[in-house]
Amino acid sequence: MAVFVKGVIFDGVDTTQPDCWRLAAYEARGGYQALRSILQAQMPQEDVIAEVKNSGLRGRGGAGFPTGLKWSFMPRSFPGDKYVVCNTDEGEPGTFKDRDILRYNPHALIEGMIIAGYAMGTRVGYNYIHGEIFAEYELFEAALDEARAAGYLGENILGTGFSFDLFAHHGYGAYICGEETALLESLEGKKGQPRFKPPFPASFGLYGKPTTINNTESFASVPFIIRDGAQKFLEAGKPNNGGTKLFSVSGHVNRPGNYEIPLGTPFSALLEMAGGMKDGSRLKAVIPGGSSAPVLPGEVMMDLTMDYDSISKAGSMLGSGAVIVMNDQVCMVKALERLAYFYHEESCGQCTPCREGTGWLYRVIHRIENGQGRPEDLDLLNSVGNNMAGRTICALADAAVFPVRSFTKHFRDEFEYHIEHRKCLVEHKWC
Amino acid sequence: MLTAESLALIDREVAKYPADQARSAVMSALRIALEERRQTGTVPEERCLTTEVIEFVANYLGIPPVAAYEVATFYNMYDMKPVGKYKITVCTNLPCALRGGVDTANYISRKLGIGLGETTPDGKFTLLEGECMGACGDAPVLLLNNHSMCSFMTPEAIDKKLAELE
Ligand SMILES: Cc1cc2nc3c(=O)[nH]c(=O)nc-3n(C[C@H](O)[C@H](O)[C@H](O)COP(=O)(O)O)c2cc1C
Ligand code: SF4
Ligand code: FES
Repeated sequence: MAVFVKGVIFDGVDTTQPDCWRLAAYEARGGYQALRSILQAQMPQEDVIAEVKNSGLRGRGGAGFPTGLKWSFMPRSFPGDKYVVCNTDEGEPGTFKDRDILRYNPHALIEGMIIAGYAMGTRVGYNYIHGEIFAEYELFEAALDEARAAGYLGENILGTGFSFDLFAHHGYGAYICGEETALLESLEGKKGQPRFKPPFPASFGLYGKPTTINNTESFASVPFIIRDGAQKFLEAGKPNNGGTKLFSVSGHVNRPGNYEIPLGTPFSALLEMAGGMKDGSRLKAVIPGGSSAPVLPGEVMMDLTMDYDSISKAGSMLGSGAVIVMNDQVCMVKALERLAYFYHEESCGQCTPCREGTGWLYRVIHRIENGQGRPEDLDLLNSVGNNMAGRTICALADAAVFPVRSFTKHFRDEFEYHIEHRKCLVEHKWC
Repeated sequence: MLTAESLALIDREVAKYPADQARSAVMSALRIALEERRQTGTVPEERCLTTEVIEFVANYLGIPPVAAYEVATFYNMYDMKPVGKYKITVCTNLPCALRGGVDTANYISRKLGIGLGETTPDGKFTLLEGECMGACGDAPVLLLNNHSMCSFMTPEAIDKKLAELE
């Protein structure tokens, strides 16, 4: 299910039409006009980057880093090879927006990446696609063939002397490859183990060359910014939170799906668009930005707007925009156990605090859930977490600790009840 | 060891990367090799990657066999163990679990008479539990033979799907 209410990326895309992803449909919606205008006017690279900066676009992959600023770090005039890389390794539990971009509007991503290539002086790009969505990988390759045949990709694009080519690469089942340096390792044909930073990819990226990595949704927003102007994009959202954003709503709502809405929209309005709570049940908790974001109680969420600043002020993160909605039948110990298992399973094992710590977190939560919790376990979880967060090569360890801290903070009574009475406070029916 | 068609597919992948970076194609090459074995194998032991196949792929790309082996074992969609004709991976991560993902796994398990991680004695089905597939809006979801995503897998939908598989 995909519903796009007011969109930058999905404006005019009729997802019920099987051909909506095709080049002809994209061109009919004004596609590739942004690229044409840049190439025909030979727009200076720094002007393109300035436009992206002025739009207020912040990275849609999780960290929310300003995209234009990231592009300005690339050594544009460095004469050797340089790369742009797209991160479609969407595997953060709750996130399924990039898959819909590939399914319904892949040319927006392709055009955005060509423009990025132009702005940063690169001739080659790669899109790294999550292995589990293989059908979308194949569809993206078909879209690349269309773009190549129409002269948008390859040598001497539209006869302007600018050359750029783009290729798809697939993962094969490893969440950690969503982390940008693990992704680069994987693209080089290695195990997906994150690199130490610095050096950052802008100076030492793919094959050791300067590289810029952005999320699918970030790149796919660029054609709109160039065609309609930074100001219009900025105004679609709110200050410091430019644009619309795709929210993947999952869990206990009547209509799970993707919703593209202005940043700054109240959470209550988003919940209503998603059909409200499933079967009229009561809202208990929301994870507002993918499984790595701290959980917030339902009543806190009902007062928030969906944008980077509002969610972070409330103590969580907008992250990837994955909104996981839970009703009052959810046992929070059970829910956390499932997430803890995931991080334990997906740790790449390079750093001892993460490799051992994620195992500890899972085992302790598992024993609480199974009626074997000990009075000191909540303190133990806290101290294990303190020994992990900020002490590892990449942020997966922090991502594993955030849910533990927030679940045990906001729903402490449920954990205590479990430990004391050896059973759930909530008679859950969901698993 | 691999057919001419598979080798041609691998060549196409190699061409995506700089001339001295054939190693980048190892992920697709292993996928292509595995796919050929899945389609031609007649028993579970013939449908997974073996050391010989991995070595062949490595030699074809001109990389050390251990480099290919490392990749085959790091990424969990490469089948390194015998696998049924139909490999069913059910997502049981939290967003799917909230919409019946665990029930789906249990239902299939009862229907096939096997536990998670097991293969039916006739070698037809293998049932596995998987992590988020980036399709949580369609929960519950399962992945059939690595490449085919099946959405909204209610008991009725499962019955229908299993009946289709011969
Ligand atoms: C464990 C982990 C998993 C991640 N997974 C993803 C992902 O699936 N997709 C994504 O775009 N970014 C992911 N990221 C963030 C990337 O490292 C990177 O910040 C992002 O792709 C940059 O693009 P952006 O600036 O456009 O957001 C992940 C980070 C970590 C630490
Ligand atoms: S923090 Fe965890 S996932 Fe990240 S590099 Fe270290 S061990 Fe690997
Ligand atoms: S949690 Fe099942 S696909 Fe994301």
